[in-house]
Parts: sequence; structure tokens; C-alpha cells
Amino acid sequence: MLEIRGLTASIGEKPILKGIDLVVPDGEVHAIMGPNGSGKSTLGYVLSGRDDYTVTGGSVTFNGIDLLDLEPEARAAAGVFLAFQAPIELPGVNNANFLRTALNAIRRAHGESELDAIQFLKLARAETKRLAMPDDMLKRNVNVGFSGGEKKRNEVLQMALLRPKLAILDETDSGLDIDALKIVADGVNALRSPTFSALVVTHHQRLLDHLVPNRVHVLAHGRIIRSGGPELAKELEKSGYADVLAAAA
Amino acid sequence: MSATAEILDSVQSGYKWGFETDIEMDLAPKGLNEDIIRLISSRKDEPAWMLEYRLKAFTAWKQMAEPEWARVQHPPIDYQDLHYYAAPKKKAGPKSLDEVDPELLKMYEKLGIPLKERAILAGVEPDPNERPQIAVDAVFDSVSVATTFRETLSKVGVIFCPISEAVRDHPDLVKQYLGSVVPVADNYFSALNAAVFTDGSFVYIPKGVRCPMELSTYFRINARNTGQFERTLIIAEAGAHVSYLEGCTAPQRDENQLHAAVVELIAMDDATIKYSTVQNWYPGDADGKGGIYNFVTKRGACRGARSKISWTQVETGSAITWKYPSCVLIGEDSVGEFYSVAVTTNHQQADTGTKMIHIGKGSRSTIVSKGISAGRSNNTYRGLVRILPSAAGARNHTQCDSLLIGDECGAHTVPYIESRNPSAKVEHEATTSKIAEDQLFYCRQRGLSEEDAVNLIVNGFCKEVLKELPMEFAVEAQKLLAVSLEGSVG
Repeated sequence: MLEIRGLTASIGEKPILKGIDLVVPDGEVHAIMGPNGSGKSTLGYVLSGRDDYTVTGGSVTFNGIDLLDLEPEARAAAGVFLAFQAPIELPGVNNANFLRTALNAIRRAHGESELDAIQFLKLARAETKRLAMPDDMLKRNVNVGFSGGEKKRNEVLQMALLRPKLAILDETDSGLDIDALKIVADGVNALRSPTFSALVVTHHQRLLDHLVPNRVHVLAHGRIIRSGGPELAKELEKSGYADVLAAAA
Repeated sequence: MSATAEILDSVQSGYKWGFETDIEMDLAPKGLNEDIIRLISSRKDEPAWMLEYRLKAFTAWKQMAEPEWARVQHPPIDYQDLHYYAAPKKKAGPKSLDEVDPELLKMYEKLGIPLKERAILAGVEPDPNERPQIAVDAVFDSVSVATTFRETLSKVGVIFCPISEAVRDHPDLVKQYLGSVVPVADNYFSALNAAVFTDGSFVYIPKGVRCPMELSTYFRINARNTGQFERTLIIAEAGAHVSYLEGCTAPQRDENQLHAAVVELIAMDDATIKYSTVQNWYPGDADGKGGIYNFVTKRGACRGARSKISWTQVETGSAITWKYPSCVLIGEDSVGEFYSVAVTTNHQQADTGTKMIHIGKGSRSTIVSKGISAGRSNNTYRGLVRILPSAAGARNHTQCDSLLIGDECGAHTVPYIESRNPSAKVEHEATTSKIAEDQLFYCRQRGLSEEDAVNLIVNGFCKEVLKELPMEFAVEAQKLLAVSLEGSVG
């Protein structure tokens, strides 16, 4: 279970998150919506430990562990996965090698044996096939020369292989066509289990058609101003954020 | 190893080859003059012509000045304060491991040269049932202490021996080729080397022979206040093929030591020479104290049509590197290649690159240079591509990439391009990038430690060069990169 209490964070002197309270029980998928610049991406970065942000108050625990105390790699080992809005390119670094290094780092942290190249490729090929990705995606350099859609699918592939307990998807659906969108949603749905939860940052109801959330939260000006069931997303799709913002003001 | 050295070793864990070997040495008095040169020549039992060659070089050197154009800084070198000859006092031709100086054996063990090879290195006959892999010439200070697999090689006509021996046993070949690619007075350090060179390797591959194994030389500077002046000469006759590797290490010392080598390669029609270096001289400590001055002239002549010379270097060591492995492309359709990774950390300075001189019609060259700077180091790529009027249709492609780690280091690219034939095509690409925070974070978010993330990114950056190295060297080079950059982030 993810428990965020009174979380405040700033970048430089500028406060971005101004007191977030959010609980995501195991097995649930929560959607985070809200206007641009409201702090949605910041929330993902703060949860995963990016050090450009300073946490100024509050607490975050995940399955009882104080996340804020951990280095990014230790959070990854604890099961936190962030699918980046703009996945990073690593020139010269082979995608398969990167994925295997990451998977083995996490397996090591869990005291599991590392996978050799052959074991890994077998696993990875099965996942690429399931995600309708071409095999050569594994041979190419990490995100280099990937189209926008390929980059997002690569994030989903990483998620599928690393099997996180908490997935944070930062607008993974943006810029995707309907088919790719469905692949992203299927990727999350496939992981759904009583020990998996997800925070899905999105602007669009259409992702939530495929990936039905337990709860929807509206984040604006660094605070959650409204929460509701899946119907809230439909309402926002129809009438925009203006009414919600006005009601919260 | 003394107690102090041991403590040093444990504190400065970055350089794992920095121990010193306590061995009985035959050491020439300090200083450089005709008498010292005569002494070196007599220690090597050289013929008169060789001594003459040295003395002529010495006369030329005295009239020359140290080059000042490189982007490196160091206090003046006192050439009279060095020993120019240092050799272990070894019994002639030990027949078993027991007869070899145990300190020498220990040293090879510590350097990680495997037992079997170590036994051979120290001058013991190899077990004929073991499959030979790499022939090694081990140069310790001023002498070659052993050269392996010479018999196997001589069966196909390949000569692989210390150059001091070649001077005596193959005088015609040495006379014909020594100084033919790097003339005595080519530059200050080549003249110095020609006067005082002590050992190095000699390789001759006869016509049409593909050398059956990798050849390699392992250079070790051990003695204090000693300069190492290695001389290597490789000749590949028409259609011959050879791959040669070179490795080097030195003890950690507070004072700087001079290494001024000259390497000459000659490739005739359709011959290929692949020359790989993993340079790991002691780079000095974190405050920039000590380390090797590596002032090296390496040049290959592609004399024959369709001949090819390929330089691959991974440079992680030395306080100062001044080195430009070059190709003179004389033959029609000859090919020159230069693949380089140069890593500088702490206070290291590297000014390195290549020269590709296109003379032959249709000659082609490729330059791929990857510079990685960390700490407060300075890393300069300096390269010349010269197309002479005769080189119709010549082509060059140059790619220079610099990677910065931290914000106190420098990367510089100094390309010189001179084209005197309008049909030639010369391309130059250069990039400079920093290991971006977002790349590191991306990797760490996936579970990699910061150090593993840096290694992954750096190895990715160097991939085009590392893949040119022979397999076992590539693995070693990757490990070396990791050790060199340990602790440079964060």
C-alpha cells in the first residue's frame, strides 16, 4: 500500500507540491488528472527519488517502508517503477543489455539468482511478442532513434520485465494511436494482481476506457482538489477542469 | 613491496598495478652523454652501425627543443637526472620456474598474467599439450626478459623477438626499416628514443603469411628515476596479416617518470597490421602527484597497394599523454584507421589523436575518437588529415566525441584538415556531451547503482572503439574504464 501524507516538495525555491494526501491500496489502479503544470510529473519524480526536487515536508511509505529515505535504485528494488513521459536515450547501450542489467540488479537486491543472456532473451522475446513489438527492439540502443510510440512501448516492456509492485505511468498514453494505447493499457492490466498497484497520470479518458481505475484524483496547484470513481474522469472529459477548479477555489 | 608502498596501495585503490618489485638491478649511472649511449650499446652487444645510428641521433637531439604546442603542462624535465638503462640481473636462460628470480614471478602473478603464460614469460618451455594462444614479449624496464612461442612462430617464418636481438640476428631487416617511417630527427622525443632506446619488440611477417596467433608486448617500468625508451618495429610483407597488442603498467611513485617510445609499422601490398594498445601507466595520485609522462611517436606506412594499418587504443593511464598514432597512406587504395578511447580523471592531461597522410590514389581513412574527461583533467583530440595532390579520390571520415563527467574538466578538439586534391572527400563530425543527470536517473530508476549506470553509459559511448579490440582485450578494457572512473560521479 502506498501512503502519501502531507507531501510538499519544491524545485529550487519554487514549491510545486503543496500538501498531497493520497492512499493507494494494494491491487488498485488510481488515475491522476489535472491541468498542465499542476505537479503531476513532479509527484512521479518525487516518489521515484529524482534529486532535482527537494522534499520539504510530509511522508511517503510503501508497504511500510519510508520511501523518501531510499536512493532511487533502492526504491526500484522495493518495487517502484516510473514510466517516463519522455524516455531517455542511452547512445551505444544495447536495449537487451540495459534491460538485463536492470533486471539482474533488482533480482540481486531480492537475493534471487541473476539471469544469463540466454535465459533473459527467452523471457524478453516472450514479452516483446506479447506487446507486439518487433524483436529488433531488443538489439537497438536504448530509445535511440525510436519513434514516440516505440519509446512508450519500450517503457511498457521494461515494466513487464521488471514486474514492479507500484507502477507510476507519467502520461505514457500521450502521442499514441489507438492501437498503441491499447498495448499500454494491456501492459498494465496484465500486471494487475492483489499485490500490484498503479498511479496513472493521464489527460485522456480514452486510456481509462481500457484501464479502468478504482479511483480518479484531480491534481491542481500542487494539491488534490477532488477525488472520485471512474465516472469523475468522464465528467472531466466532458466539461474540462474549470468547474472542478472553481468549486475548489 | 615496502610497508609504505603497501599502505599507499590500499589507500589509493584506484590504481591496482602500482606496486614495486624488489629485484637486483644492473643500473647505469644517471645522466645522458655519449658514454651512456656507448654503455647501452655495449650492454646490448650491438654492432658498430647501431652505435653510430644512436650517436647521430644524440647529436641531432642536442640541437632540438621540446615541443610546446600540445595542450599539456609540466615542469621542465631534467634529462640528466634519469637512468637510461636498468635491467634485472638474470641468469642466462633459466630452464625451470625454480631458477627464475622469484620476485619477477611474483610480479607477473600480481599483474594477473595467468600461471601458464607466466611460466612461459619467465623463460620456461611451454607444455606442448596446451593450446597456444598469445605470444608475449615481456619488457621489464630496459630489457626484454622473455619472449614466448618463438619456435611455433618461426615454423611459419614469423620473427618475433626483442629488438635488441633483432639488431644482432637480423641486421639487414633492421637496417633497412629502422627509422624509415619515423626518421631520427622527426621530433624531439623520437630523436631521444633513437639515441637511447633499450628494448621493444621486433616482428617480421613474411610474404603471404597470416600470423597464427596474436602477438603482444607487455611493458613494465619498475626501477626508480628511470626512463623507458621502447622501440618497436613491425614489418608485414605482401599479403601478410598480423594483430599485435600492447599493454603497460608502472609502480606508483611520487616523481614523474618518462616513457618515450617509437613504434614503426610497415605494410606492403595487401598486408594488414592491426595494432591495439591498452595504455595503463600510473596516472599520478588524486592531487596530480607522480605519474608517467607518455611521449610517444607511433606511425605506420602503408607502402603497398591495398595495404591496411589499423590503430586501436584505450588510454586510461599516464599523467601526461602526448601521442598521435598515424598512417602514411602511400599505396593505392590503402586504408588507415584510428580508433581511440582516451580517459582522463583527476589531474591527468591527454593530448592525443592521429595523422592520416593521403598520398596514394583512392586511399581511405577512418578516425573515431572518444574522449572522456572527469575530475579536473584535460582531454584534447588533435588530428591532421592531409590529402596530397596525388591522392585522387581519397576519402576520410572523422568522428570525435567528447564526454564530460562533472564540471571541472575540459575537452578540446583540434582538427587540422588540408586537402590539395579536389576529388577528395573529407568529413568531420564532432560532439561534446555531458553524462546527463536524466540518463543517470533513468538507469537508477531501473535499479542500477550510480556506478553501474556510469559504466553502462561510458561503455555505450565507447562501443564503436571497444568492438575493434580483440575479444580478451575488450573485456579488460571495459574493466579498466570502470576502475578509472570509480568515484568520479557524485
